[in-house]
Amino acid sequence: MNDGEILVIDTEALVTEVLKLKHQNYRLVQICATKTGEGYELTYSFGKDYEFVCLRLNIKEGDEVSSISDIYKPAFLYENEIHDLFDIQIKMISQDYHGNLYRMKTKTPYK
Amino acid sequence: MSGIMKFTGTVLKNLIHKPVTENYPQAEREYPERTRGKVSIDISQCVFCTLCAKKCPTGAITVDRAAQTWTIDPFGCIQCRCCVDHCPRKCLSMEQHYTSPSEEKTVETYTKQTTEEKQEEKEHA
Amino acid sequence: MSVRSIVPFGPQHPVLPEPIHLDLVLEDEKVVEAVPSIGFVHRGLEKLVEKKDYQQYVYVAERICGICSFMHGMGYCEAVEHVMNVEIPPRAKYLRTIWCEMSRIHSHLLWLGLLADAFGFESLFMQSWRLREKILDMFEVSTGGRVIFSVNMIGGQRRDMDAQMLSMFSKVLDDMERELREISKTFLNDYAVQSRLKDVGFLTKEQAHELGAVGPFMRASGIALDSRKLGYAAYPDIDFEPITSQVGDSYARCDVRIREIFQSFDIIRQAIAKIPEGEVAVPVKGMPSGEHFMRVEQPRGEAIYYVKGNGTKFLDRVRVRTPTFANLPGMLETLKGCQLADVPILILTIDPCISCTER
Repeated sequence: MNDGEILVIDTEALVTEVLKLKHQNYRLVQICATKTGEGYELTYSFGKDYEFVCLRLNIKEGDEVSSISDIYKPAFLYENEIHDLFDIQIKMISQDYHGNLYRMKTKTPYK
Repeated sequence: MSGIMKFTGTVLKNLIHKPVTENYPQAEREYPERTRGKVSIDISQCVFCTLCAKKCPTGAITVDRAAQTWTIDPFGCIQCRCCVDHCPRKCLSMEQHYTSPSEEKTVETYTKQTTEEKQEEKEHA
Repeated sequence: MSVRSIVPFGPQHPVLPEPIHLDLVLEDEKVVEAVPSIGFVHRGLEKLVEKKDYQQYVYVAERICGICSFMHGMGYCEAVEHVMNVEIPPRAKYLRTIWCEMSRIHSHLLWLGLLADAFGFESLFMQSWRLREKILDMFEVSTGGRVIFSVNMIGGQRRDMDAQMLSMFSKVLDDMERELREISKTFLNDYAVQSRLKDVGFLTKEQAHELGAVGPFMRASGIALDSRKLGYAAYPDIDFEPITSQVGDSYARCDVRIREIFQSFDIIRQAIAKIPEGEVAVPVKGMPSGEHFMRVEQPRGEAIYYVKGNGTKFLDRVRVRTPTFANLPGMLETLKGCQLADVPILILTIDPCISCTER
């Protein structure tokens, strides 16, 4: 992948694509969810030296996504955050907080 | 043993120096020219264009064109200076002193005197 | 046989100015695992972008954190400027560089003070903060605020610094550098300080890469990455190299941060020498449409601003990945195997900024 590229992939292809990057020695930079019309857009960013590439998933309300926390350990924080704030179901997170990473009074997810 | 007594020089210097802090509130603090304290208005120059209210990021300013009033919630104001920079008549300005603390939230309202009111005042005088 | 117990740490703890909670799983006095939970100061600032237009949001972005407020504002502005294809004037770029480096000095001095406080060296803490005060005064003179500066806007800067102010600043910085050299001797060579920092909380180069650590925390483990090299603001014209250490313990992190302060003095001097004359802002027309990932190097490490515009004055999404969030997995790793008494210092060595993390 080229620097700055955003590659749109299918939900099923996520783990394969992430593994490919892992083998090329990329590190996880961030995971971000964005609300689009009726669904969500998940962007996974990876970095190697000063290079920066992204994978993008487009999912619908209620879709389940596989966790990548077994491939990239720090992903568990981002995935729990996305689950807490956006109510996106992510299955098999290595350390699942079940909605308790953000301990706050206000009811989440924000709708 | 070379690791000890590293701080002695600083300590000795401290002993002979005068304090670095100011004797607040007995000594009044001198503010630099650009300090953003609170917003004040010269209401006689205001034309009620509502630009300040539109630009305010926190919505602390309300302008009522009909009643000729300009209101600010000083505890909602974040001193960003946006209103002052955007005022076309330059009637808003930034004071260097902050809003004094208070037990309850208050708003400050300024009313522009109409020409008749001004004349009345003159006659009274 | 060792006894297993769970000790709650935080959200209120003398060493933490901000709330984070850790469940420490102990075997006798040794930590075997730490489980964090956050959210005590979550303010929903990313959500707020739906209520404030893209120009007003600059002031919200600034308030994500009180220490790197300038860089949060700037990172957001740079991201929106990329989306809108706005080229800011060269003088504004230099001003941004100078204020950025002043923020870095201020943040690292604050951290040095907190570190000294955490291992009980009160007078060293006061000396560090005394120096920091000078930077705050410089900020007040140049921007009008001591913590929140409100000088960023989309398309440039709202305030300029004249030649007199710049020459005064370089004089103050010279004095500060001399005094800091004195204090840094204590930080780096004092016996008591070394006994608390050396050989504690190792993070290897491989772990730092694997766990996605950023900033001085990562550079102290030997990875020479610095987002300033990506060339935002005036950094392409400035001569500097990322500062690293190969050791990876708490002492190395302290050493890297102290050397970064001296580097920042140098960068400001270079910027003052090279600053061109001219405008400090350009008018911005139109509405942002498109998306961009902006990476800026904050005192605590790389921060990422993601901005997505839809052609109206309200942005679809602003996402901030703050350095502390990225450093949390690394911190949990360094905690494993340490003594309970070292936990506060180890948490401090990543320079945690919880308000940043939770936004």
